[in-house]
Amino acid sequence: MTDLSSSLSAVPSLQRKFETRALRSILLTTITWVSAMLASVPLFSVLYMLITRGGARLSMEVFTELPPAGFEMGGGFGNALVGTFVMVGIAALIAIPVGILAAIFLAELGPQSKLANSARFAAKTLTGLPSILAGVFAYAMVVLTTGSYSAPAGGIALAVLMLPIVVLTAEEAMKMVPKIMKDAAHGMGCTNSQVIWHVVLPTAMPAILTGVMLAVARAAGETAPLLFTALFSNYWIYDGGHINAMSPTASLAVLIYNFSGMPFDNQLELAWAASLVLVLIVLVVNIVSRLVGKTKI
Amino acid sequence: MTAMMQQTSPATAASSIVMDCKLDKIFYGDFMAVRDSHVPIEKNKITGFIGPSGCGKSTVLRSLNRMNDLVVGFRFDGHVHFLGQDVYGKGVDPVVVRRYIGMVFQQPNPFSMSIFDNVAFGLRLNRYKGDVGDRVKHALQGAALWDEVKDKLKVSGLALSGGQQQRLCIARAIATEPEVLLMDEPCSALDPIATRRVEELMVELKKDYTIALVTHNMHQATRVADTTAFFSVDISQGTRTGYLVEMGPTDQIFNSPREKLTNDYISGNFS
Repeated sequence: MTDLSSSLSAVPSLQRKFETRALRSILLTTITWVSAMLASVPLFSVLYMLITRGGARLSMEVFTELPPAGFEMGGGFGNALVGTFVMVGIAALIAIPVGILAAIFLAELGPQSKLANSARFAAKTLTGLPSILAGVFAYAMVVLTTGSYSAPAGGIALAVLMLPIVVLTAEEAMKMVPKIMKDAAHGMGCTNSQVIWHVVLPTAMPAILTGVMLAVARAAGETAPLLFTALFSNYWIYDGGHINAMSPTASLAVLIYNFSGMPFDNQLELAWAASLVLVLIVLVVNIVSRLVGKTKI
Repeated sequence: MTAMMQQTSPATAASSIVMDCKLDKIFYGDFMAVRDSHVPIEKNKITGFIGPSGCGKSTVLRSLNRMNDLVVGFRFDGHVHFLGQDVYGKGVDPVVVRRYIGMVFQQPNPFSMSIFDNVAFGLRLNRYKGDVGDRVKHALQGAALWDEVKDKLKVSGLALSGGQQQRLCIARAIATEPEVLLMDEPCSALDPIATRRVEELMVELKKDYTIALVTHNMHQATRVADTTAFFSVDISQGTRTGYLVEMGPTDQIFNSPREKLTNDYISGNFS
């Protein structure tokens, strides 16, 4: 057994050397690290700002009271919170079933058909649609025909924004279901609809729900489409024993927009507090969507 | 439909042929994948399909319960008589065919649900009225998996090992008590020990079921198949079309094949 080192003319050093390629590697790592930090700065700085400026005003009464007028002190944005939930709820009731059913067609029933191709193209284009145009659409379709700004009009505008997100994510989720699983179901004598209902949908459900939650979060934060459709109101949607379905409805996003331009400290404080609440809602929905996406049997 | 399926013609009742498969031509689009293959499948026997890659043995198998209907461009000439009825006959629902002719695939493919739900899947699909738990237990015992999973029936089927997953798929297939089980290289994704267990299981299962088995492994064919069908590829027309070279008792195919092609293949002499 000869000594290996003696057979080599010179033993190479294994110490770390700072040559060019090593430095380049370090530089690249640093740049990516800084970029990752920059990407998270906006959320955390916004959160910090909202908590410091809006946190102080958070109390039970902001959730239960109506917005104050001009020089009034106190008050809250209870009706706007309810309005946001109602309108996002209407939007979800429309966009989720329609979106998932459309995605079933795109992914399973007629993936190569002309209808599927045009629907897919429409959905992709719609995701890039400026949200204010969704408001214009609902204004023309609902506000003009019913003759008033209302929560359903706002809900429809938000549904237009949610629909493409739901369709595209649900289609992707269903396409990820392995073919061998569908084969298994067909091999057992499932009809097409049984394969979709019992195998494809349950398997894709966590990913579909993630898309749905993202769509809900997006809709909850939208302001522009509501300006044309739900407008704003200083009153409860549920008042004196009946629901004012077909009248202007408040929402958090529009309240923030309105109050942030006012010259009164009280309203400005409320706008900050409402912003905090809205961001927290979006945050919670996002966290829930991550948890749902993780659940696996 | 059930009544029709139970009706057997005198010819098949007399012989022990459960499926008489005359596959004249199978096309995928313009491509002829299989031609001129007549494969009778006997009751309570294991019929092995062997042959080189691309010889169409999987295509043949998947034609028997109309799984190929799911492939765009699939066309079929010939007939597959199952208990006196043509599987490709007018008005026959492929979904019903597949309930009587079950399938086990190359890759174990349990659903992403619990072990119990996997096996109960077919029963619930058919709105089984009896005790689902009993049948699930029976099917898992039949697939020699019960002892390993009886304490974790609520665990995901995907959490099992590859060999266990494949036996779970077999349990799922036999839970609805089909007449015939089509097995498409059921052991090719398994290690030797798991393979042996599945092979023992197949021999056990043929008491109650009729099995058609595609395998790449000639030793597997000699170990489990009663009858062996050897397929080869015809490249004379510029495309690769599979066809049946010869079929007979496994002993005969491996010890005294009639065709030179068969002899070359089983002695490892393929070009």
